[in-house]
Amino acid sequence: MNAQAKSLVQIRDLYKRFSISGDFLDQLKFRGGKLVREQQHVHAINGVNLDVQRGEALCVVGESGCGKSTIARTVMGLLKPSAGSISYGGERIDHLSDRQILPYRRKMQMIFQNPYASLNPRMTIAQTLEEPVRFHNPKASATEVRDKVHEVMQSVGIDPSWGKRFSHEFSGGQRQRISIARALAVDPEFIVADEPISALDVSIQAQVLNLMMDAQESRNLTYLFITHDLSVVEHFGTRVAVMYLGSLCELAPTKALFATPRHPYSQALLSAIPRLEDGRPAHIRLQGEVSTPVNLPSGCVFHGRCPHANERCSREIPTLIATSEGGQVACHAVQEGRF
Amino acid sequence: MSEQIQPLDAPPSAWQRFLDSHLWHSFTKDRVAQFSLLIFAAYAIMALLAPLIAPYNPYDPAQIDILNAEMPPSWEAGSDPAFWLGTDAQGRDLWSTILYGTRVSLTIGLCAVVLQALIGIVIGLLAGYRGGRIDSLLMRFADVQLSFSTMMVAIVVLAVFQATFGTELYQELAMVMLILVIGIAEWPQYARTIRASVLAEKKKEYVDAARVIGLKAPRIMFRHILPNTLSPILVISTVQVANAIIAEASLSFLGLGMPVSEPSLGSLISSGFEYIFSGSWWITVIPGAVLISLVLVMNLLGDWLRDVLNPKLYKG
Repeated sequence: MNAQAKSLVQIRDLYKRFSISGDFLDQLKFRGGKLVREQQHVHAINGVNLDVQRGEALCVVGESGCGKSTIARTVMGLLKPSAGSISYGGERIDHLSDRQILPYRRKMQMIFQNPYASLNPRMTIAQTLEEPVRFHNPKASATEVRDKVHEVMQSVGIDPSWGKRFSHEFSGGQRQRISIARALAVDPEFIVADEPISALDVSIQAQVLNLMMDAQESRNLTYLFITHDLSVVEHFGTRVAVMYLGSLCELAPTKALFATPRHPYSQALLSAIPRLEDGRPAHIRLQGEVSTPVNLPSGCVFHGRCPHANERCSREIPTLIATSEGGQVACHAVQEGRF
Repeated sequence: MSEQIQPLDAPPSAWQRFLDSHLWHSFTKDRVAQFSLLIFAAYAIMALLAPLIAPYNPYDPAQIDILNAEMPPSWEAGSDPAFWLGTDAQGRDLWSTILYGTRVSLTIGLCAVVLQALIGIVIGLLAGYRGGRIDSLLMRFADVQLSFSTMMVAIVVLAVFQATFGTELYQELAMVMLILVIGIAEWPQYARTIRASVLAEKKKEYVDAARVIGLKAPRIMFRHILPNTLSPILVISTVQVANAIIAEASLSFLGLGMPVSEPSLGSLISSGFEYIFSGSWWITVIPGAVLISLVLVMNLLGDWLRDVLNPKLYKG
């Protein structure tokens, strides 16, 4: 239980469903002469258990629609979980009221994907950055607030004299730096970054990534980093969580995952990274399509496309088991040693 | 990939930004908009400075002489040079009465729209941001309100008020009542427009960012979302002021508006209507032309604003 003590954020049995059936009247249908209420849900997250340890950068990877961003938003309290719990520093936070959660708001911050939408177009940069500082330090004087804003702006490489400008006067990379500055302005311990560099040019991605790593070092931050870019993960992550269709497939230290991926999906995912090397295993082509999250497959969500699937996989949902490399994997085939 | 910070020039002032804006550029090119704004400004000045410009005070019975009644305008035979637009049936100088009437009409129009906007913005923001049941409830209210025409509501309310509390009290409170009735009857226009833009805005990440900071819902609604929905508010406001002026004129024409002693443009038209067949056409036609051109320039301005601020025609 040593790992439990060190973990900053604990996600336990998290489920998140979104209704896609509209309001009550839309749900009423005639079936065989009877009026019945039918509801359909998108099962975005299905029983995820995840611990973010203090000081690490936990990367969550997976293809589009696998629930990565939903995890990020649920952890931040932007979405309420359908079931399960989220704890921060040992305290459960997912059911707190807006007022009760305030102390956690300054410890947890978020960086968003789209730097063009995440800054209010009608506010100057200084206003955008001053707002969280003022809000969380109501007693701070105007000078203190300004000094704090100047400090974070400098730390992300934005000239404090640009504060009077509006966000549309900046490039995407600069805007993302400003977004990072806004998150850092309240001195958080934990930052959720939801694909923070996927909307940026490749040349800018490295700058922003380095900036985030510098901030991690100087401010002792913990990251939950959502991405689909595996090269970023290799560069940035302490541990990696691989997700497929709302479930966690594999959780492993970055080096171990890239050296020996255990889960069949992780293997296929990693084999898709283009590399300038000879003699590496060929790209594993998965058969079929990703099943829809509306009607989840029974058993292991990956069994329909898995080359190692057998009858048990279509029946029983695999749980995470520890691997020899220090990670965890949810796969019957690995557990049984079938491959 | 240098991390060097390039120093920039001083940021442009608000005025400089306005001169560089699409709004101003489009205005410098659009003759109709320039003309309309010019006319509207003239109306506004006339209304504001009516007591200074007008040669007579139409509210002062001492300055009215019934013997001057129905004088034609100066270009007609039998006119008096003291009244260049002629006089109405009570001997009031028509030019002065029109100046004061414009003032009354514009005041009612603007105040009614401010009231509409206040109610509509609060309800629209609440419905759009909260969503769910509150949204359904408020929008059903709006539907019910819209299913009664403004005129019908206004006629019923004003007629009942007049019958219950007597004409004397009604004449004292006419302006306030008109503002209240027109303001309350038309709020769904604002509420719907604002709800639609709020629904689009609240999906953007800056709203999530504000929530992550921990800001309360009212602050997010009014400080973050509302400023981003100002363009449609601006557009419907111009059209709604014109509509409110028309509504007031129609009610006055039906005898439910401003009293004859303090006429708006509408009640002036109405009071002259009885004399139009006796040859005194100017009492109705001149205020009518003034009213039509006022409403026309406001609608033209509204059309121009809608085109300029429409993100489909121009993305800024």
